[in-house]
Amino acid sequence: MPADRPAQGVLRQAWRIAWKDLQVELRSREIVYTMAFFGAVIVVVYSFAFPASSALVRLGAPGLLWVSTMFAGTIGLGRAFDRERENDTLRALMLTPVPRLAIFLGKGIAITFLVCAVALVVTPLMALLMDVPFFDHPGELALALLLGAVGFSAIGTVFAATLLKVRSRDVLLPVIIYPILIPLFAFGTEATAALLKVPADLDNAWYWIGLLGAYDAAFLVLSMWIFESLVIE
Amino acid sequence: MAVPRSATDWMVPVFGLLGAIGLVVCIWLIFTWVPNDAVLFFNQRIFYFHVGHAFNLFIAVGVCGVSSLLFLWRRTPRWDDLALAAAEVAVAYGAVVLITGSVWAKAAWDHWWVWENRLMMSLLLWLVLVAYVLVRRYAGASADRLAAGLAVFGTVGLPFIYTMVNKGDQHPQAGTNGNVATLTGPMQVVFWVSVATFFCWFLALVASRVASTRGERELRELREQGLDAGLLT
Repeated sequence: MPADRPAQGVLRQAWRIAWKDLQVELRSREIVYTMAFFGAVIVVVYSFAFPASSALVRLGAPGLLWVSTMFAGTIGLGRAFDRERENDTLRALMLTPVPRLAIFLGKGIAITFLVCAVALVVTPLMALLMDVPFFDHPGELALALLLGAVGFSAIGTVFAATLLKVRSRDVLLPVIIYPILIPLFAFGTEATAALLKVPADLDNAWYWIGLLGAYDAAFLVLSMWIFESLVIE
Repeated sequence: MAVPRSATDWMVPVFGLLGAIGLVVCIWLIFTWVPNDAVLFFNQRIFYFHVGHAFNLFIAVGVCGVSSLLFLWRRTPRWDDLALAAAEVAVAYGAVVLITGSVWAKAAWDHWWVWENRLMMSLLLWLVLVAYVLVRRYAGASADRLAAGLAVFGTVGLPFIYTMVNKGDQHPQAGTNGNVATLTGPMQVVFWVSVATFFCWFLALVASRVASTRGERELRELREQGLDAGLLT
């Protein structure tokens, strides 16, 4: 048996769990539709809340993009784990002969997909409604949002899974994860702001994207390590 | 065993008394002995309370983070008692830091609050601590695990918060130019006296809180034993 077999096994199991979640989602489309709609509504609310002068929007848009993505992501996160709670399927998942790590990664991957789907709806909508030039540097922005989604999902999965049986989980989830996520949010906002500058400040943008990567790496490792001791069930 | 029972018995009166003496000495030194600051004049005197608490705030956060980690690793409830006590004291000290900081800011900058880097960092740290205490109160049976997870995640997040806010630090420094290390003569003496005073208070508060949490937990365990044995109904 080759030495790298266990690692491959975990990844394959994780992908299966993620694929199971995504298939459930693809059949009902409940979370994606509600999250995307919620994200769109937030954007519309913002466009009423802020004056539509282009200079101000340029300053505020990066934060708005990240706030709306994260808010919608929180809704999706809560819903994704509610689904497991309703039929007590998380326990079934825990009883399957796969390591907890695979369960964590699977859940995290599925949620990353959901958050990315929201960002795909919110970003063009904001570009359109608020006249923000998000697509001048699509590659960098997509990378920043992807890294944001990964970090959000890692931390969100750990705490949503731990909160599964707690009565006031809906309010405690944001209470717990937002203070932890503020650096991620700030790095993402700074990166986006640097991309929106005229002319775009790519050096700065890459500095913040690098920090996003470092944040993701630190919290992914921590989450993978701590998930097992937090989610005992 | 995190804090032996005998330790809390003598720690509360001894450090409480030392803290009380220290407080009187501190106030006397601050208002009669130490000279005015060369730049900030009289209003610099609040510094001895402000930074004295901030110093101990970081000690409290460190204690909370480390004992949470030990709790997750060892599952010994005593570490959890210590983490909770340190977190509650940290919330109180953080409130003092923010309030004295605000008062000082009003005197020095003529604003109660400025969205400046170090203020944001302290506020974020304090928010994580408040979230911790909220979780302890309202998360029910899994509160200890959740809170320990939050403490560990919050501790890992600190360097990122630091990076986030450290780009262009504009915080007024304590000495005439630079930081605590450059304080000279009487200022340095008073500073360390106040740090020591509030550290004594910190020890007394943590010890008494550990004792009461432990009491609550032991009572609960005894009650459960009694119920199991059929002695209680």
